[in-house]
Amino acid sequence: MSRYRNNAAAVQGLVRDDAVHRDVYVSPEIFELEMERLWHNTWIFVGHDSQVPAPGDFYTTDLARQPVIMLRDTDGQVRVLMNRCAHKGARLVSAQAGHCEGGLLRCPYHGWTYRLDGSIRTIPMKAGYDGTGMAESPTGKGVVALPNVVNYRGFVFARLAREGVDFHDYFGDSLTSIDNMVDRAPEGRLEVAGGVLRYMHDCNWKMFIENLNDTMHPMVAHESAAGTAKKLWAGQPDDAPKPMAIEQFLPFVNGYDFFDRMGVRIYENGHSYTGVKFSIHSNYSAVGDYEAALEKAHGAERARAILGEVRHNTVYYPSLTIKGAIQAIRVARPIAPDRTLIESWTFRLAGAPERLLQRTVMYTRLINAPTSVVGHDDRHCYRAIQDGLSTDGNDWVSLHRNYSPGEREHIAGDYNGTSEVSMRGQFRAWARFMTAGATAAEPA
Amino acid sequence: MTSATIDAAALAHFAYEEARLIDEKRFDEWFELFTEDGYYWMPLTRGQPDGINHTSLFYEDKLLLRVRIERLKSPRSFSQHQPSFCQHILQQPAVELADPGQGAWVLRTPFLYVETQLDTQIVLAGVSRLHLVLVDGRLRIRLKKVELLNCDAALPSIQLFP
Repeated sequence: MSRYRNNAAAVQGLVRDDAVHRDVYVSPEIFELEMERLWHNTWIFVGHDSQVPAPGDFYTTDLARQPVIMLRDTDGQVRVLMNRCAHKGARLVSAQAGHCEGGLLRCPYHGWTYRLDGSIRTIPMKAGYDGTGMAESPTGKGVVALPNVVNYRGFVFARLAREGVDFHDYFGDSLTSIDNMVDRAPEGRLEVAGGVLRYMHDCNWKMFIENLNDTMHPMVAHESAAGTAKKLWAGQPDDAPKPMAIEQFLPFVNGYDFFDRMGVRIYENGHSYTGVKFSIHSNYSAVGDYEAALEKAHGAERARAILGEVRHNTVYYPSLTIKGAIQAIRVARPIAPDRTLIESWTFRLAGAPERLLQRTVMYTRLINAPTSVVGHDDRHCYRAIQDGLSTDGNDWVSLHRNYSPGEREHIAGDYNGTSEVSMRGQFRAWARFMTAGATAAEPA
Repeated sequence: MTSATIDAAALAHFAYEEARLIDEKRFDEWFELFTEDGYYWMPLTRGQPDGINHTSLFYEDKLLLRVRIERLKSPRSFSQHQPSFCQHILQQPAVELADPGQGAWVLRTPFLYVETQLDTQIVLAGVSRLHLVLVDGRLRIRLKKVELLNCDAALPSIQLFP
């Protein structure tokens, strides 16, 4: 059944200013179109360049369900190649990460080898192709290297579509969240550290992405986790030093007013961040001589300004969410309409005390792990939506909170933190890419 | 119980009873098995040196264990409105280290672990190590380290205690 593929008006009709039709979450056809249009034409997070520090290092992942290789070429550039042999199509690299032996990619099936830019280096019994059209065919061009890859301060993004929106036009000033995260490192760079949590979610990817700037849920969904921690800590004297875990749990059950006042900033193209004024990370204990190290690197005033930005979650729509204040990111990898892999990565701030790595390692375990009591209730709610939306009687999901018709003209700007404006902004971008897709969707 | 009377059979008995307390959801009693400085640790990677500088699946001191156990009693643990149940299947524990003089033992127990929630069932395999000490004539857990065979897999929710 094809209800949407050739009907842009029907796709547009799924998104109202203040509500979306349930099909955006449950329809397999819409999911396919999302991969072809939204994820194909936007800038998707691939990985961090510290995962491939030396020429020949590689890391494999999926972009919109397509296996890719991120690697460091001999010239130092980070490239993203389709993980597909030019000959018979075999996935070239099957390890999650590693080093290309001899600086070449070699297919395990027939032994074709490729340089790190994807071009063919050797083919066994090559004379067998003399006089055939292979060299002039797509196969002769070697492994497909994505032409649109940007390494922004270590964060590697790719656009699958050959033509389309420019990286800086797409993200605009939302990149200040990445800037702040990197600026927090006294040496000005981040290194992936502490491992990756891989949590399989049985829900649509958008439920996760929307939740990152949903500030009306923590005090409800996480009452049993953070509220219990709060209760267990309640008997302690005021001046008792709070264990790090308590410090991290307690703000989840702050009141509505706290989350409302923290504010949310909306950018074009679905990007946003909560915590314009402060966030759940604002009152963490100072860490040793970290501030002194940052002052030494940047000067006192600049260091204060950097640490004064304590953003909550920034959404780089549609694939990446970051927490610069604690150097952690979460990446959404859609698999099916009701299946999404969420990866959580943590970082070391180069030149900062290890205590900061220990802090983010604890946070990500408490909040993002498949074993997390916070994660359990989030995942439970996402799945509850997935199930609930299979019911008839009301096809619409409400996004009315603090809606104002003025958003129609201009949505970018600052709003109260509990507004659902971030989701409205996401769906505005969603509808634009999904309906422009009829002409924009083309193979890379 | 004294160091002299703790033999392989007594240690194995302890390991079976420890798993049984979890499987019967007697979490308060299970909690009491841990020393005050005890940890329940499930590393995220093979050969992981510690739970401080690298993310783990569990790295729970008694405070965090208490949070989990009290949460399970909360009527607002939404992910447990349909409750989970679990079953450990243990291979016979092997005594890896016995130091009766210090009152310290390490038991290695390969296991299968099944966790169900109505129609959903997950099966995990791994090796658990109980680091035991003798405190006031009772064996207690200073560290339970659970190494999952597929610690690097994309895992679904694990809601109880493998």
